[in-house]
Amino acid sequence: MPVPVNIEYILHLADNALVLGHRNSEWTGHGPILEQDIALSNIALDLIGQARNLYQHAAALMNAGEVMTERRADGARTEVTEDYLAYLRDGWDFRNCLLVELPNGDWGMTVLRQFFFSTYQYFLYRELRHSQDSELAAIAEKSLKEVTYHLRWSGEWVIRLGDGTDESHSRMEKALGQLWKYTGELFEPSGYEQGLAAEGIAVDLHKIRPLWDQRVEEVLKQAQLTPGSNEWMQTGGKHGKHTEHLGYLLAEMQFLQRAYPGCEW
Amino acid sequence: MMEKDAWPLWEIFIRSKQGLDHKHVGSLHAADAAMAIENARDAYTRRMEGVSIWVVESKYVHASNPDDSGSFYDPANDKIYRHPTFYDLPDELKHM
Repeated sequence: MPVPVNIEYILHLADNALVLGHRNSEWTGHGPILEQDIALSNIALDLIGQARNLYQHAAALMNAGEVMTERRADGARTEVTEDYLAYLRDGWDFRNCLLVELPNGDWGMTVLRQFFFSTYQYFLYRELRHSQDSELAAIAEKSLKEVTYHLRWSGEWVIRLGDGTDESHSRMEKALGQLWKYTGELFEPSGYEQGLAAEGIAVDLHKIRPLWDQRVEEVLKQAQLTPGSNEWMQTGGKHGKHTEHLGYLLAEMQFLQRAYPGCEW
Repeated sequence: MMEKDAWPLWEIFIRSKQGLDHKHVGSLHAADAAMAIENARDAYTRRMEGVSIWVVESKYVHASNPDDSGSFYDPANDKIYRHPTFYDLPDELKHM
C-alpha cells in the first residue's frame, strides 16, 4: 500500500494506539479485581479514541489527495473512512511497533508494557504538540492529558509489583526479560519519520530517547528491577514486518467488518 | 481471592465543584490510599462528576447504631422551639 510519508506516519501513530487499545480491551471482564478491570478498560478506550482521531485525519488527507480511493463505474471515487483503515487493512499494512502487538501475558507483563509505551507516548505527544501539521498537534495536545494518567497508573503498578512480594518480583523480572528487546524499536526512526522530523511534522526520536531512558531507569530502580542487558533489539513493525501475533489479533478485531461489510450498530 | 488476601474497603467522597462539600458516593477496594484515589478516579469521575476526591478506609468510619434511633432522634420531635421559625420576629428587624 504505497501512501505518502505524512499519511504513513499518521497511520503509524494510529496503529500503535489501536493495537495496544485492543490488547488492553482483552482484559475487560478478566481484570484481577473489578476496580483495576475498570482502570485498564478506561485506558483501552482512551487509546482507541486517539486512534479514531488519527485515522479520521489520515482518511481526510487520503480523500483530499485521492490516495487509495478507487474510481467506481459511475465515475465517483470511493471514500476512505476510519473504519476502513482500522478494520480492512491487512497485517503488512499496519505500521505499529512490535511491542504493542505482543500477547498480554500476566498482569505484570501488561502493566510493564503499558509503562514502556506510555512513557514513550508521553514524551512523543509532548513534542508532537509543536508539529507543523496543526491537526496532529491538536490531537497530541488532547491526548497528552490521558497519557499522563496512563503513565502514572502503569508506573505505580511497576513499582508496586517489582518492589512487592517474591512472587510479584520474579514475575516482573520475567516480564522485563521478555519485553526489553522490543523497546529499541520505539526509537529506531523509520524512513517516514526521518524525513518528516526534518520538516517539523514528525517527532525527532533522538530527542526523546534520553528522556525515556531517564524516566524508565528511575521507575525500574524504585521497583528494584534492572533493565535487560541484551543490546540486540527486535524490529520491523514500523515497516509492516510483524510477529505472528498480529495476524491473530486482526482476525479477531476485524472479524465483524470482514464478515458483514459496512455493518453498523 | 481468599478473604484474608482481599484488599481493604475504602469510602469515597467526591466534590462535584469548587465551593461545594465532598459527598459520599460509594466504596471500593484498593491496596492503599494512593490506589484508592486512582480507583476512585476511574470508577467515579469518568463523566466529569468531580474536581476533588477524598478516601477513607472504611474501618475508620464509626457509625451510630440503628437500634439507638429511638433514644437518639425521637426526643427532638417535640422541641419545636429549637427551630428559628418558632420565634416571631419584630417587624423592625430587617434582613433575616
